[in-house]
Amino acid sequence: MKALINSVSRLGRGTIFLSKILAGIPQLFLRFQLVVQQVYSVGVQTLFITLIAGLFVGMVLALQLYYTLTTFGATDTLGMIVDLSLVRELGPVVAALLFAGRAGSALTAEIGLMKATEQLSGLEMMAVDPVHRIIAPRFLAGFISMPLLAAIFSAVGILGAYSVGVDLLGVDSGAFWSQIQAKVDFYDDVMNGIIKSVVFGFIVSWIAVFEGYDCIPTSEGVARATTRTVVHSSLAVLAMDFVLTAIMYQ
Amino acid sequence: MFRSIEISVGLFVGIGLAALFMLAMQASNLGSFTSEGSYQVSARFVNIGGLKVKSAVKVSGVKIGQVADIDYDSNTFEAVVVMNIEDKFSQFPRDTIASIFTSGLLGEQYIGLEPGGDIKLLENQSEIRHTQSAMVLEQLIGQFLFSKSKDK
Repeated sequence: MKALINSVSRLGRGTIFLSKILAGIPQLFLRFQLVVQQVYSVGVQTLFITLIAGLFVGMVLALQLYYTLTTFGATDTLGMIVDLSLVRELGPVVAALLFAGRAGSALTAEIGLMKATEQLSGLEMMAVDPVHRIIAPRFLAGFISMPLLAAIFSAVGILGAYSVGVDLLGVDSGAFWSQIQAKVDFYDDVMNGIIKSVVFGFIVSWIAVFEGYDCIPTSEGVARATTRTVVHSSLAVLAMDFVLTAIMYQ
Repeated sequence: MFRSIEISVGLFVGIGLAALFMLAMQASNLGSFTSEGSYQVSARFVNIGGLKVKSAVKVSGVKIGQVADIDYDSNTFEAVVVMNIEDKFSQFPRDTIASIFTSGLLGEQYIGLEPGGDIKLLENQSEIRHTQSAMVLEQLIGQFLFSKSKDK
């Protein structure tokens, strides 16, 4: 019972915290360099792992599907299937999981350590609201970076599938692209994938900054908050993915 | 220090937008067909089979447009299919035949046009009078079995 009340009150705190962040975002456009700095540490530093992961996911998808599709003599559809799986599902979801592991955990640890070393209280002493100065730029940066990372993941994945499918396994290059352009719809498939990644960016950034801000300010508390960020945001991404897919592709 | 951060963030956003652009133009149907610069023609079918909105409209196997809308006319008990055809393919005689074909045995269905011999041409919002419905595999099998049992 106590655990239930605890988690409900955490949810409430998280929601109030979110409304404070959102209220602080309009001011950020006056000091946009704060956001640019955070896009660097949240987005640019996640770029490398996203590129590598996207390339290998695309390559292994092409390899696996090729062996299955040869039994039906339908290897021409390889590009289309890889493209659909990437832009609809794997791009947004895997990029969000990588983002939670690479950027979300770092955000929580950074904010948690700021709290543990009383830097946040220090800011408050100087009449600077830490939510506006520290939290909001990080949240907005995550929100901006996530769709870009997901798009990069999908694009690199398709190129990886092309290199394996066409260059290595001998699928026809024209069939690869023409099947993609005939069957993948921009609004139904690509746009819905982008909407998914926007939602995931929102969720992961929210969980990461909240866990950091709400952690127990000890070294153990920061460690536990970091773990919680990765676990909770991964689960939230997967659950939201199911809900969004159910809404989008009825 | 801040300058190099700005450059790398700019690069990151640039790569991200380039990826979005590639997904839009190269990896989806956005670059291949636009509904502007097209005219609409309708046709009535007794049965459209598995035809869907955005199915292809083809002449001699060349894609010239796509299905824009499918509706059912409850007065004549027929399906009404509206298709968008690109403007550069505007030279179709009035008595063109529209049929619903299947690409391959189990493939997607599309509308195939066969030009007739009339001097007058199809215009925007005009209707194709000669149509041929989709081949429904179950009906064919049913007819085949029925005629077999009659033979005995």
